[in-house]
Amino acid sequence: MYSAKVMDHFENPRNVGEIPDANGVGVVGNAKCGDIMKMYLKIENDVITDCKFKTFGCGSAIATSSMATELIIGKTIKEAMALTNKAVAEALDGLPPIKMHCSLLAEQAVKAALKDYYDKNGGIPEEYNDYFNVLDEDADEHEHGEEE
Amino acid sequence: MTRVYLDNAATTKVRAEVVEEMNKAFTIEYGNPSSIYEEGESAKALMIDARERIAKCLNASANEIFFTSCGSESDNWAIKGAALRYGDKKKKIIISAIEHHAILHTCDALAKQGFEIVKLPVDEYGVVSLDELKKNIDDNTLIVSIMYANNEIGTIQPVKEIANICKEHKVLFHTDAVQACGSVPVDVKDIGCDMLSLSGHKLNAPKGIGLLYIRKGLVINNLIDGGQQERGKRAGTENLPYILGLAKALELACQEMEETSARISDIRDTLIAEIEKEIPYCRLNGHRTQRLPGNVNFSFEFIEGESMLLFLNIKGFACSSGSACTSGSLDPSHVLLAIGLPHEIAHGSLRMSIGKFNTKEEVLSIVPVLKGIVQRLRDMSPLYEDFMNGRDFVQGKCALCD
Repeated sequence: MYSAKVMDHFENPRNVGEIPDANGVGVVGNAKCGDIMKMYLKIENDVITDCKFKTFGCGSAIATSSMATELIIGKTIKEAMALTNKAVAEALDGLPPIKMHCSLLAEQAVKAALKDYYDKNGGIPEEYNDYFNVLDEDADEHEHGEEE
Repeated sequence: MTRVYLDNAATTKVRAEVVEEMNKAFTIEYGNPSSIYEEGESAKALMIDARERIAKCLNASANEIFFTSCGSESDNWAIKGAALRYGDKKKKIIISAIEHHAILHTCDALAKQGFEIVKLPVDEYGVVSLDELKKNIDDNTLIVSIMYANNEIGTIQPVKEIANICKEHKVLFHTDAVQACGSVPVDVKDIGCDMLSLSGHKLNAPKGIGLLYIRKGLVINNLIDGGQQERGKRAGTENLPYILGLAKALELACQEMEETSARISDIRDTLIAEIEKEIPYCRLNGHRTQRLPGNVNFSFEFIEGESMLLFLNIKGFACSSGSACTSGSLDPSHVLLAIGLPHEIAHGSLRMSIGKFNTKEEVLSIVPVLKGIVQRLRDMSPLYEDFMNGRDFVQGKCALCD
């Protein structure tokens, strides 16, 4: 069902935990739906120096959280903002169609944490607003299980 | 790695004695039971004998046993066959909220054709409410279908009482006994049901064989029109190897039931006690005593079922879960929601179903493994983090569901 890479990130998730002095924290999903991702960011001079996560969810929710942290650590905010759910899924050698929403959740978790960082630091710069539209996407556009 | 198969409610291993019995019909007694020459005659004799032995196990008559391909087929036939036969006069069908999808989706299909479907609620242990049945059953009720025992949480229903209520109101009663047959005594006369579904592969016979018991005197619509097989009600050349396999498996299960049931119930109760002792924040789903011998179903708070299954699989254990991710839909199992579990607890469910080939030792070996997996997933869970810190649960917006 899952690729070897998904199973590797599920069995040995990277960057699990909390960052006590994180300056950006995002939570997406809810328990009712069966998945919650909490993403912690440490940002210094516009660079993501550390990222950790905690996830309640299925195998692919854990794997996509883990992969998302790997993809953004060491990147600039601007590079991290360009992260897409497709990129997360591709980095994992693909996800079953029904699990694509997990990768979207991972993208949203990163963006929610970045938004939190900006909220504490003078707000999202206007030219970056579009990057955060994904946080407002609703079920009409992204149904669970829909292949993207 | 040695594997421990704990999903016997999903399907079971076929017994060697059953395979042997079936082989006979594949290679030696391969005649068509409808043919009049020697090969056909001897095949027919074997089939008649098998039908009689099966009937005896259920305390039915041979002419009340109709072979099908599976439990779902039996369920579909019972409900649709009755609805098509008597639906012009009566329009109400009463089921429970925790029926198998073979009943639920059959009723969804009939609802589209104008039938009224009433789903009776169950209590926190999964026992159907008799008061609700009495309240809802009326002159317009065509059939009541309540499962003998639930496939997910193992709760055994008061089918005799249900049958009596149906009799008082002259309403048909069907019971899906797919999980019960072979595990607990099933006697159609004692229950007083009009129809009963059974499936072979839950009792160490192969997949692809089931039956519907139809009480003598009750006429429902034919399932397959064609030849005279199954008294013309379900045409198609009889699947003799599988019929012989089912007869052998059911007969052995009934002969050994007392001993097997005692042994498996003991493993079940020990497993339940060990899990409750070793793993905090868990909840046994289903009834503690009115429960199938082999069924254990727990919810573990703060974690999700599919990730538990994946880790258990890596460690050599095959189990199942009622989480949304394993049900292939948005919601966790309808059974767990019906017993009143909040979604987040239902997502964290795990079913371990014990069968005749499991040893106590191998079943109990899951406990330390499960304990480690649950802790590992909790250490990863933001819900657990907040719980341990005395904070309210974190709740994000789910852009996908809200």
